[in-house]
Amino acid sequence: MKKTLLLLCISLNCLAAEPTSVRQAELRHLLKNDCGACHGLTLKGGMGPALLPDNLQGKPDEFLINTILQGRKGTAMPPWKAFMNTDDALWLVRQLRKVPQ
Amino acid sequence: MAFNVQAELRATGDLGLIIEREAGSALIIDTTEHKQLARIDKLGDLSHASVVFSRDQRFAYIFGRDGGLSKIDLLQDKLDKRIVQAGNSIGGAISQDGTLIAVSNYTPGGVKIFSADTLELVADIPADYDNGKLSKVVGLVDAPDQRFVFSLFDAGEIWTIDMSAPKKPKIEKFKNVGKFPYDGLITSDGRFYIAGLFGESGLALLDLWEPEKGIKRILPDYVKPDEQLPIYKMPHLEGWAVADDYIFVPAIGKNEVLVIDKQSWKLVKAIPVAGQPVFVMARPDGRQVWVNFATPENNKLQVIDVKTLNLQSTLTPGHAVLHMEFTPRGENVWVAVRDDDQVLVYDTHTLKEIAHLPAQKPNGVFFTSRANKIGF
Ligand code: HEC
Repeated sequence: MKKTLLLLCISLNCLAAEPTSVRQAELRHLLKNDCGACHGLTLKGGMGPALLPDNLQGKPDEFLINTILQGRKGTAMPPWKAFMNTDDALWLVRQLRKVPQ
Repeated sequence: MAFNVQAELRATGDLGLIIEREAGSALIIDTTEHKQLARIDKLGDLSHASVVFSRDQRFAYIFGRDGGLSKIDLLQDKLDKRIVQAGNSIGGAISQDGTLIAVSNYTPGGVKIFSADTLELVADIPADYDNGKLSKVVGLVDAPDQRFVFSLFDAGEIWTIDMSAPKKPKIEKFKNVGKFPYDGLITSDGRFYIAGLFGESGLALLDLWEPEKGIKRILPDYVKPDEQLPIYKMPHLEGWAVADDYIFVPAIGKNEVLVIDKQSWKLVKAIPVAGQPVFVMARPDGRQVWVNFATPENNKLQVIDVKTLNLQSTLTPGHAVLHMEFTPRGENVWVAVRDDDQVLVYDTHTLKEIAHLPAQKPNGVFFTSRANKIGF
């Protein structure tokens, strides 16, 4: 865990700021409902792929943040940059990497 | 079957189900009394649930996201049977004669067909393409002559299955229908199957009276994918909206409802609406079409006047308006408002709210009158 955090710090130059707790609640809601529409309520996949820790292993944060913010052209994954900033997306990726309760 | 002497004598024609997404439960409701009769729990992940009804309107079949297929007895307020038939599923249909339930699956991609009575497997049809790849299946509907029709999202194909001889399903495949068909509808007469395309412009049309003519592309140049707005939620075609001589469909990647002439298959009008439409549903008499929207406009409902093809009204039922269902003759519409934990009932004539029922994160409303409609 320490190691990934350290790597993160290097790659994002430690500029990332945690979203406020109010914002975190909003993002959690977004993840469950809006992302859940394609990735499944429990993120086990639907029209979009599963987003469980195993599925994201080996994929760098920047890559996933980029996918979330910019979407993927030619696929159904839309860009979310109108709804969140990089810090929010990083926080979401960290949530996704945690084993769901 | 035990005879319950305490049970109130009840017919099912007035009944329906409200799906509670996160709780994984369903409420049996009475559409005349506007009241909840029972709650059925332990139905799994219902984040994209849909429901069909047996032709006697006694049983409801709920298709869950997690591949669960649950059969509810509306007379006895209980779960009659439940199976988990796939890893990830998206919807289903009941056959013309009511004996078969078909489910469309994402993983493993394909269609499975079960006995409506016992939920035993009757046929397993993998949606294979490109030498063994499996495609996600969407837009599964029933069609006349004991057929099912569906689309292969990844493969870009439409298949029909004739189940007249359940042991020998007859499959017909239509290839290269277009990129990423995301949902399908069948017109109420059972003649036309239309798949919406996500990856390219237009819609794919199959005339089931003349399948030998193959797939026709309609509105081929309407929206080019690179001019699209981002789509935050896939629209649905399930609640077909055929009213007057027109078919109403959500534009994909545009804040418009498209009106297509059913004779010429030409665009009659693109009606600007509040957001990316999700459900576009006609009141049973076809006089109005109701539309809800993807986030961030999902607090709204808009009503289109079919006579003028203009917007008649904009309603704001609350937070996350996910689904709606008309009473059989259309005097009321029930609206699931997820984040307000309630279902609102509107009078479709006055457009006034006349009742509301509490429900936990409701995401779907389904009435037994669906039992008698092709494609529902
Ligand atoms: C309209 C459907 C849709 C919605 C809504 C959606 N996604 Fe996606 N998402 C997809 C699809 C489809 C892919 C796969 C793209 C591809 O084929 O490369 C994807 C891919 C991804 C990936 C990359 C996964 C990987 O293994 O590379 C991430 C991360 C992701 N989505 C996160 C999100 C988040 C976070 C949200 C909500 C803010 C969201 N998605 C909402 C459809 C969607």
